[in-house]
Amino acid sequence: MSATAPPAMANEATKRPGRRALSEGKRAERRLGWLLCAPAAIVMVAVTGWPILYSVWLSLQRYDLRFPNQREFVGLANYATVLTNSYWWQAFGVTSLITVLSVVIELVLGMALALVMHWAFVGRGLVRTVTLVPYGIVTVVAAFSWRYAWSQDVGYLARLFSPEGAPLTERASALAIIVLAEVWKTTPFMALLLMAGLALVPSELLRAAAMDGASAWQRFTKVIVPVMRPAILVALLFRTLDAFRIFDNVFVLTAGSQGTSSVSMLTFNNLIRGLNLGIGATMSVLIFLAVAAIAFVFVKVFGTAAPGSEKEGRR
Amino acid sequence: MAEIVLDKVSKRYPDGAVAVRDVDVEIADGEFVILVGPSGCGKSTTLNMIAGLEDITSGELRIGGQRMNERAPKDRDIAMVFQSYALYPHMTVRENMAFPLRLAKVDKETVRRKVEEAARVLDLTQHLDRRPANLSGGQRQRVAMGRAIVRNPKAFLMDEPLSNLDAKLRVQMRTEVSRLQKKLGTTTVYVTHDQTEAMTLGDRVVVMRAGVVQQVGSPQFLYDHPANLFVAGFIGSPSMNFVPAGVEEGVLRGPLGDIPLTDRVRRLLTEAKAPREVIMGVRPEHFEDAALVEEHARAAGVVHRAQVDVLESMGSDKYAYFSLGGERARSAELEELAADVGIADLSSSGAGSLVTRLSAASGAREGEPVEVWFDPDKVQLFDPSSGRNLTYSGD
Amino acid sequence: MVLEVPDRRMSPEARRRAKWWFVNAVVVVYALLPVLWIVSLSFKTKETITDGRLLPREWTLENYRAIFGTSDFVRALVNSVGIALISTTIAVVLGTMAAYAIARLDFPGKRALVGVSLLIAMFPQVSLVSPLFEMERGLGLFDTWPGLILPYITFALPLAIYTLSAFFREIPWELEKAAKMDGATPAQAFLKVIAPLAAPGVFTTAILVFIFCWNDFLFALSLTSTERSRTVPAAMSFFSGSSQFEDPTGTTCAAAVVISVPIIVFVLFFQRRIVAGLTSGAVKG
Repeated sequence: MSATAPPAMANEATKRPGRRALSEGKRAERRLGWLLCAPAAIVMVAVTGWPILYSVWLSLQRYDLRFPNQREFVGLANYATVLTNSYWWQAFGVTSLITVLSVVIELVLGMALALVMHWAFVGRGLVRTVTLVPYGIVTVVAAFSWRYAWSQDVGYLARLFSPEGAPLTERASALAIIVLAEVWKTTPFMALLLMAGLALVPSELLRAAAMDGASAWQRFTKVIVPVMRPAILVALLFRTLDAFRIFDNVFVLTAGSQGTSSVSMLTFNNLIRGLNLGIGATMSVLIFLAVAAIAFVFVKVFGTAAPGSEKEGRR
Repeated sequence: MAEIVLDKVSKRYPDGAVAVRDVDVEIADGEFVILVGPSGCGKSTTLNMIAGLEDITSGELRIGGQRMNERAPKDRDIAMVFQSYALYPHMTVRENMAFPLRLAKVDKETVRRKVEEAARVLDLTQHLDRRPANLSGGQRQRVAMGRAIVRNPKAFLMDEPLSNLDAKLRVQMRTEVSRLQKKLGTTTVYVTHDQTEAMTLGDRVVVMRAGVVQQVGSPQFLYDHPANLFVAGFIGSPSMNFVPAGVEEGVLRGPLGDIPLTDRVRRLLTEAKAPREVIMGVRPEHFEDAALVEEHARAAGVVHRAQVDVLESMGSDKYAYFSLGGERARSAELEELAADVGIADLSSSGAGSLVTRLSAASGAREGEPVEVWFDPDKVQLFDPSSGRNLTYSGD
Repeated sequence: MVLEVPDRRMSPEARRRAKWWFVNAVVVVYALLPVLWIVSLSFKTKETITDGRLLPREWTLENYRAIFGTSDFVRALVNSVGIALISTTIAVVLGTMAAYAIARLDFPGKRALVGVSLLIAMFPQVSLVSPLFEMERGLGLFDTWPGLILPYITFALPLAIYTLSAFFREIPWELEKAAKMDGATPAQAFLKVIAPLAAPGVFTTAILVFIFCWNDFLFALSLTSTERSRTVPAAMSFFSGSSQFEDPTGTTCAAAVVISVPIIVFVLFFQRRIVAGLTSGAVKG
């Protein structure tokens, strides 16, 4: 009321130290924040930022460890080599195919599994527990299990489904098995993410929809899915990026033979087996760009809220 | 000796927002003072400044005569009860209550004795070894109180301690808090947004709005002599009725008809240099069914005849709602009150409305006309631009 | 027709129950079959390993004896455990510090940090293999423990920061105020009130990070060349090419079981925490 015009002189003395103390507290908070984050930030930037720049530099050179003397700067020649190479495009197509197929199947299965875990009224604990087994298994171990299940002489599944052929040596069936292995391993993770999203759907909303005459399927498509949309998108984003870098399963199941190589597999082969650093680095950069493009599409086109990008909660 | 003095205490945030402005309150030793106001009025900030959980931007806080501005909370010797109770979930009730004593390095035997004493007072003895998660809301609240009282602090600070309880328990705990405070005689500052709590608990009430103290006084005084529109509307339930009126030749002209001004009111208006257009305030409980008023009283008062919109029978009384023709009263303070209390009809409908509290014997019926009577001397008049009470005779 | 007979006798409640048990059974088979298969193979004798039967006709520990009899596997196991434990410890310590700052403090650059760690979480690891391969050879880190620990920490940090800051945000910080009012110094408030509440979150994060490091294959394959620092997943892939075992199937499976069983037991034991940890970072907000 009348307090809007305090006598300036009298207040000046008391106000100043107060203000300084406040900004000092603020500064101390900042300093502490930086101090606490610095080690993590330094490690992350040092191990990724610097190498990625180095990778770009390597990709502009002819650099084959078998012929180290021929190292020279070649500009974008490596990119031209890779981008006109049919193996690269085949690997790119295979990777995209595996990514799309496995993510779509995972979404469907994961959603089903999430619904089961959320609503099963018997044995819910059992299902939740068992679901974590694929998550806990080392990918390579699971891949070996699938390899032995489908290899001609050892496998029970091979005997069951194709007694004559060798599924892992034919391109289509080999790809199908890679997708199967990928789906098996990561569906639980998808299901858990979706289940967490499902828990955010208020049960009252579903009861209201039921009262409004919505069938179970309508409740799912008209209420559950729209409410869960952010959770679904985040799960899809995570899994798409993860599937795009598929390596372990391909390496163990087919080692990239019969045209089943993924881009990661191809890069690895050029780099570690072929020791061609220039080409390997070029492929690294291209994969990085592809992943960035996928993330960009998800975030900008679908409006996926990247976790952590929300306003942080204050005390 | 634990009086709490707030001397021109202000809180300004780095972004320039002022949360609390020049609060001057002196709280005597053993007094129970309530800080009340709508959310965001600065009452919790004020409490946190007393606690030491927020810095004081300017002004001085003295507890027991000593400047406290720079002291850490732990060195102020005051205890606090939080709205969420803030019980340590990993400790039992006993450990929760013993925590402040253990920090103060009190010997084990004394801790045990004091905790058990407090538990006995608060009826928590059989729950001492349980965890907060296994307690009911009321029990948790009592544990929070227990943690505050075990170390006999100079003062208690309570931040909406009852607002997480259901209505019935809240009333019960309200008397409990009051009884406990009287028994211990410890200076208490209590923050609430609930005017009923403010009226029933406090020795004195500090009404705040937008960081500024509006009025300080005993509950009855605030009720009888509100300093402005805001206090008038905030204190009392249901809220005071506000209708626009014009002062003309000793008569108050408005939707309730022509009301003759009493000598007292006329004198106050002249002293206050009142404008022509005013806002008239009448409390619902100052109305009565005209049929139940004795003849001579009836003649001295004003009778208004109107059709009852809605009638609510509370058993002990009847609330009759009327709609009034013409514009409703407008002022910034009323808007804020309406927004805070959620009175939709104050803000949404263009026309004013009137709430009256009649005795249970009234024959008023919904949809039928009834005559209501009120004493014109109970009318309060406010300046629409400043909100000032023109009929204020408090000092 | 055949199915209808029990149906008629069952109450609707029992029928629903049966339906759910059927669904559960499908899930259980789906999740466990590959695991049982590899366990079964690991117990089969050389003669019966190609019989394609789900259960071994004769049980043998020969495969386990074989892998523990070679330095190849034992050394790899030591590497795996050591590297994963060290990486987990460092990542969790650094992650806890950063997550506390992100959840509790206000400072410029916070969102940038969150953004960077998100980028790294989505980063294609293979993009780092080429430069790291070259750089580590230059720095003498190639085929050493630190050579693997460094990238593991880096890729585990985003996971740790997300999970932990989600946990930290759940802590009712009013308790810290309450502790101060109860007479605690800031250090006491942290040690006696906040730390006990944060411990489960830190523990859960440690499990997730450990599983992440334990699972890695690409770095282990690319940045090592000898048994000096090769971890089990990488070593397993060399079983097949090596002439040491004439038929590597049994021994590979035995190695697979050895590195899987402890993790599975751990995961099942701390099931609830892991579910909370996996989902909190990703879905909240």
